[in-house]
Amino acid sequence: MNIIIKNGRVIDPANQIDATQDLYIANGKIASLGFAPHGFAADEVIDATGLVVAPGLVDLSARLREPGYEYKATLESEMQAAVQGGVTSLVCPPDTDPVLDEPGLVEMLKHRARGLNQANVHPLGALTAGLKGEALTEMAELTEAGCIGFAQAEEPVRDTTVLQRALQYAQTFGYTVWLRPQDAWIGRGGVAHSGPLASRLGLSGVPVMAETIAMYTIFELMRATGARVHLCRLSSAAAIELVRAAKKEGLRLSCDVGAHHLHLTDADIGFFDPNARMTPPLRSQRDRDAIRAAVLDGTVDAVCSDHTPVDDDEKLLPFAEASPGATGLELLLSLTLRWADEHAHGQCADPLARALARVTCDAARIAGLSAGTLGQGMPADVVVFDPAARWKVEASALASQGKHTPFLGYELTGQVRATVVGGHIAFRRPH
Amino acid sequence: MYNPQLNKNGELRHLITTEGLPKAILNHILDTASSFVSISDREVKKVPLMRGKSVFNLFFENSTRTRTTFEIAAKRLSADVINLNIQASSTAKGESLLDTIDNLAAMHADMFVVRHAQSGAPYLIAEHLIRTGQNHVHVVNAGDGRHAHPTQGLLDMYTIRHYKQDFTNLRVAIVGDILHSRVARSDIHALTTLGVPEVRAVGPATLLPGGLEQMGVRVFNNIDEGLKDVDVIIMLRLQNERMSGALLPSAQEYFKSYGLTPERLALAKPDAIVMHPGPMNRGVEIDSAVADGPQAVILSQVTFGIAVRMAVMSILAGNQG
Repeated sequence: MNIIIKNGRVIDPANQIDATQDLYIANGKIASLGFAPHGFAADEVIDATGLVVAPGLVDLSARLREPGYEYKATLESEMQAAVQGGVTSLVCPPDTDPVLDEPGLVEMLKHRARGLNQANVHPLGALTAGLKGEALTEMAELTEAGCIGFAQAEEPVRDTTVLQRALQYAQTFGYTVWLRPQDAWIGRGGVAHSGPLASRLGLSGVPVMAETIAMYTIFELMRATGARVHLCRLSSAAAIELVRAAKKEGLRLSCDVGAHHLHLTDADIGFFDPNARMTPPLRSQRDRDAIRAAVLDGTVDAVCSDHTPVDDDEKLLPFAEASPGATGLELLLSLTLRWADEHAHGQCADPLARALARVTCDAARIAGLSAGTLGQGMPADVVVFDPAARWKVEASALASQGKHTPFLGYELTGQVRATVVGGHIAFRRPH
Repeated sequence: MYNPQLNKNGELRHLITTEGLPKAILNHILDTASSFVSISDREVKKVPLMRGKSVFNLFFENSTRTRTTFEIAAKRLSADVINLNIQASSTAKGESLLDTIDNLAAMHADMFVVRHAQSGAPYLIAEHLIRTGQNHVHVVNAGDGRHAHPTQGLLDMYTIRHYKQDFTNLRVAIVGDILHSRVARSDIHALTTLGVPEVRAVGPATLLPGGLEQMGVRVFNNIDEGLKDVDVIIMLRLQNERMSGALLPSAQEYFKSYGLTPERLALAKPDAIVMHPGPMNRGVEIDSAVADGPQAVILSQVTFGIAVRMAVMSILAGNQG
């Protein structure tokens, strides 16, 4: 199918393009920008006048809940949510049931996702069998099956010898290990940022050092093994400082933050709102501000949705019993734009391009994907959105089966009009 | 700022925490309680203020003592009282907390007295009732996790006011396991709202939560320093499961370092009162000589507790949801 996206403001951060131009798509690829390829005849025309045309979003953490938790969400619902949110590639962590620690499971997931023909799904394999932190998985086999890296999801490896060997082994083959830094003991059972709010509400805390102690360990093991590590969803100013120093030192390191942590703090827990129960927890304003600044200066490489669908039965509970996480695929674009508007605006010349880079080309680079740019010959993954349209976050507006978000009731800016994946129109918002 | 405890007229519709309650409401409760204290001395210990109303005691966590005091208070107000030990019934069968609430509300309950092991559970219930338009049901928090125990906080305030009259020239020390104590939190918020200039928290670092200073509290690790010249000492119960482990090595060492002995009591003002929310561990947090001594007002607290709970329930029942 040949598509022309006409007259939109094309922003392609990877190629420093920000100009009103026509984008031509043919045979599933970006054919050209600004001029029609020889003999091009459009089957579809998307009028993007007044809209932004950007690479489809690359989300570094989205739980699809399959296999095992289909009552919380299904691949169908979440893939629909992805394209409605302009996400064309997503990375999913291995904490499904069963855990993604066998090639057959990964192949099945990839197969199911391909069948839906929506966003591209890139699973992370389990770093250790069953995420138990004991035996290594067959990383080479899992990679062949489609895994783009290896992770422990929310299960820290307690035994540092195992972690050391896992990093050594991954380094042998050149795989990236994705770790969310979390000490196995400190903060265990905690549900909120250790601080005045948790003390006042009587909630058990997760101290910042639960994150930083794990990072010190990971950095030492990186120095010893030379492994490449991606740190997932950092939550604190102290963690950002450690990353800054480690990058300066030359460690092969990248990191992301969840979009919620760009905007919210523990104060948003209010009167025990279970929608604000997150892992890692929302932290103080100082932490939030450090994260915002680090996304601007590139210390933080990418912003992810940390999409976690949770159903009513597991959310409408006393705060500590509620399942952590929030729906995010359909909020990622708006929350990233909100950051551009509130933080990057006035601090750099190109706030919108900077924001989009963190959810497109920068994320794609971390995941090693051929995605996130509109360069000629790249897969035609494109999002067309109205940067000024406002929409209200409410259950009925979300395609995801996960309806819980701390942004419920907010008015957000930025609405997806059309999403193209691999050259076909996967989503088009009716006028 | 939105406060789910207050109705649109700014009156109390649920009592969930002492935090954020206006001083006037706290004083109104204490004043109302003082009119109920004498009822307990009468031949007929009943007033008809809640006749025909149904009070459901929903205890998701066991507590004979607190449940009994609420039951007595409700009965003295002529309410019908239904005691439900929920651990043993529906939630054990897999019914969700909010389903249980909807079922009981459908039985035309007028008030839920809720005890729950999780901080914030009464808020969840109150918000649910507000959201679903079941405004006729009032919620009283009878203790939730580590968060709050507002009627205990209020009866402590009543006791202090009874013995000291004025809050604005007092030093109050709260001693012991503040980390796990909902009583301490409710006391701290009430004391600071009522104008107590110096609230102290005394205990080992392992039993003190971070951020106490932001709650307006001075922190002392040394009990001798913490008790110096105070007017009121509130001792907290040390739970058995905390007595040995990573928080404290032993009950003996705790008593040695933090137990309230006559020698330590002598550091406080000569007319200082000693309070304890009960049940006491004699020889762990408090010496029997102090517990049974002339400065202890622990049994008065129990008596006042009935009047304070009567006050809370009658005020809520008289306010719109």
